[in-house]
Amino acid sequence: MASPSDLAVSEMDFDTLPERSWVDKIKDTARKKPLGAVSACAVMVMILLAVLANVITYYDPVQNAFDSMHVAPGAAHWFGTDQFGRDIFTRIVFGARTALFVGFSASILGSTAGLILGVGSAYFGGRVDLIFQRFMDIFISFPLIIMALSVVSIFGTGTQNVILAITIPLIPRCARVVRSSALAIREIPYVDAARALGFAHVRIIFRHMIPNVMAPYLIMLTSFLGQAILLEASLSYLGLGVQEPTPAWGLMLQGGAEEYAESAPWIPVFPGLAITAAVFAFNLFGDAVRDTLDPRLRSE
Amino acid sequence: MRNTRMKTLFVLAAVFALALWSSAPAEAAPKKGGTLKFVVGSKIPSYDGHIESTFGMIHPIRPFYSLLIRVNPDNPASPTDFVCDVCEGGIPQPTEGHTKYTFKIRGDITFHSGQKLTSADVKATYDKIISPPKGIESNRKAFFSMVKSVTAPDPKTLVFKLKYPTGAFVPALALPYNFIYSKADLDKHGYKWHQKNVNGTGAFRFVQHQPGAFVEGKRYDKYHHKGKPHLDGYRAISAPKMAIRLQAIRGDRAAIEFRGFPPKARDDLKKALGDKLTVQESDWNCNLMVTPNHKRKPFDDARVRRALTLAIDRWAGSKYLSRIAIVKTVGGVVFPKHPLAATKEELVKIAGYWPDINKSRAEAKRLLKEAGYPNGFEFTLHNRGVDQPYKVVGTWVIDQWRKIGLKVKQWVQPSGPFYATLRKKKNFDVSIDFNCQSVINPLVDVSKFISDDRAGNQYGQYQDRQLDKWFEEMNREPDVKKQRAIMRKYEKRALDEMAHQFVTLWWYKINPHRSYVKGWKIAPSHYLNQHLDNVWIDK
Repeated sequence: MASPSDLAVSEMDFDTLPERSWVDKIKDTARKKPLGAVSACAVMVMILLAVLANVITYYDPVQNAFDSMHVAPGAAHWFGTDQFGRDIFTRIVFGARTALFVGFSASILGSTAGLILGVGSAYFGGRVDLIFQRFMDIFISFPLIIMALSVVSIFGTGTQNVILAITIPLIPRCARVVRSSALAIREIPYVDAARALGFAHVRIIFRHMIPNVMAPYLIMLTSFLGQAILLEASLSYLGLGVQEPTPAWGLMLQGGAEEYAESAPWIPVFPGLAITAAVFAFNLFGDAVRDTLDPRLRSE
Repeated sequence: MRNTRMKTLFVLAAVFALALWSSAPAEAAPKKGGTLKFVVGSKIPSYDGHIESTFGMIHPIRPFYSLLIRVNPDNPASPTDFVCDVCEGGIPQPTEGHTKYTFKIRGDITFHSGQKLTSADVKATYDKIISPPKGIESNRKAFFSMVKSVTAPDPKTLVFKLKYPTGAFVPALALPYNFIYSKADLDKHGYKWHQKNVNGTGAFRFVQHQPGAFVEGKRYDKYHHKGKPHLDGYRAISAPKMAIRLQAIRGDRAAIEFRGFPPKARDDLKKALGDKLTVQESDWNCNLMVTPNHKRKPFDDARVRRALTLAIDRWAGSKYLSRIAIVKTVGGVVFPKHPLAATKEELVKIAGYWPDINKSRAEAKRLLKEAGYPNGFEFTLHNRGVDQPYKVVGTWVIDQWRKIGLKVKQWVQPSGPFYATLRKKKNFDVSIDFNCQSVINPLVDVSKFISDDRAGNQYGQYQDRQLDKWFEEMNREPDVKKQRAIMRKYEKRALDEMAHQFVTLWWYKINPHRSYVKGWKIAPSHYLNQHLDNVWIDK
């Protein structure tokens, strides 16, 4: 049996352990999850491209330059030019802004709304939970793209409506996952204690329950990013997303895939690659976040 | 005096026809047999030509019907060359001060149902088109506003009496939508029966329609034009996506698409098929317009509207856009090269057509400044969700407007909601619009610019009684020179002084087709020359 003095010593030892720097932590994580590290780098590059688009390229992404129509990839135009003479590399760089803006906005809004609704449903339980979950069942039964198409056909096209169209189908998916964690949290005595102290429902949900379901929330959020980018590209490809002349990857693909796949293949190929790379990176990044935050996977 | 006028008109028309006809290929003796397969990029809303306006109906359904008169199939490029279809002889000369037209109807025509065609059928048809009963639609009623009465004094005679003499009447008769219906069908089944049923006197009989897939027709052996049709039948295959239509021609699953492809598609097909492909090209009686909403600020200000048109470099646009879109010709309100159309010398005097674009844009900026927008403003361009040429031209004009400091977003809608916005909601700033006609009939075609309480297809929501007055004058003026002079004033006011709405570029029709398709000659409209009785397969 350890004496009090022994315990004091061990506590002292713990305090004197050297603190690992964040660089070491990143290195350690990168060693354990190389794919996650690569995807995180890709995501960072994409964010940098979006933020520094004006610095990275000097071409105007929307200005027509008819003297340079259909120029093949080369030194002047790395990815060639499109049918309006616009530099494709420039439009891809600026298109990252659209993809990330729509992707992050829709994911954050969808996940957050799902978080609140899911926790609220679990907290109130009973009939509220039952009715709410049936509604979630209805929404989840539709594939993401079908749901997004329906929303766009009701509200119309444009960036804001595309964000809305992607956000709505994401909400029930997040709510369902978060609810299952919240149901467990609800049974923990501190929630009863908070109730006994007379705290309002809103306070209990926001102060005591939501912080404890952040792990599934973050996992869902990161996994939604790739899906949201893909949905935005799909809607734009179908002519229901953002519109010309806004640079957007799906829109670039739509404008070039049919007519120029044969004679100027660079027009559809590079936006296609950009979409693939972005979705791949965000999916891997989401997986890495899940592996890191999920206690079961972490222990393994 | 009248003779001199007629000679002038004749010479102008001949020159015009010759200019357009240049691309038509030479023909050998027709061969009998074979089935023509062609692709159609639009759906069939109904079979009734009197209420529809889409090529989606015309291309598969027109071969089942005849018209009173039609554009000469051997010279479809001409705006003045019409020939009899169910009438006999030539187009009758008007009498009673150019207000009475007496047609002789052939006595050897039978409907596919076996019933004989008489002038009573033609009268019943035109009664339905010109003065339908309440609740019955007729899309081209306005084209016949000059008609006072239609009578059939005997089974072989049909008489049109006009309220006033006008050159717009005969071209209106040749509209490809004026399908001749049987009076017995109309009496027995009602005026809506033809929306879902077919009984005509055309070169082909209706066999079947598989919605979303194809329409099939087979040769009508009792067809009234001797020796025709040459084909055993045809199949009109529905293919809404352009890539599929292209691949169908490339893979020889279809021989032709009658609407037209963009230049790049033509080049790809030509490269792949070489001399197995023939390309016919023509100016197109369609133009893409920009229509500001006069009920919205600042588009209620003529200076702002003028600035919008002054910013557009049509001459450069023609050069470059013709490489990527089905637009090409710079023109005013009248189909280019028509005797009533503005010459280049006349065009360059109109705002937006000036040869010096820098001067034009400087003037546009000055006007914006004068109107209280020295730094430009933001607005939304409403457009139709169809690539060719709507979205291409929309993207181009947005770029043109950027050059005078305007920030423009594009709002694209599918065809249905697009029309609903133009016609009912009217909640747009500026919209892309189009003026697409079949038979070249400028006196009627330019009705797009008159007041919205008189023109059903003017979406700018303005009234201009001066334009209405000139429109009436033109239509009642028998002297071509005077018509032309009024047209110039009309054009200048509509496009320049008031800039109510403005033409961007006229369309350009490109029809690549399998070389074994013979006899079909391109017309300046995708609605014309689609009876298919002169088409044959050289295979």
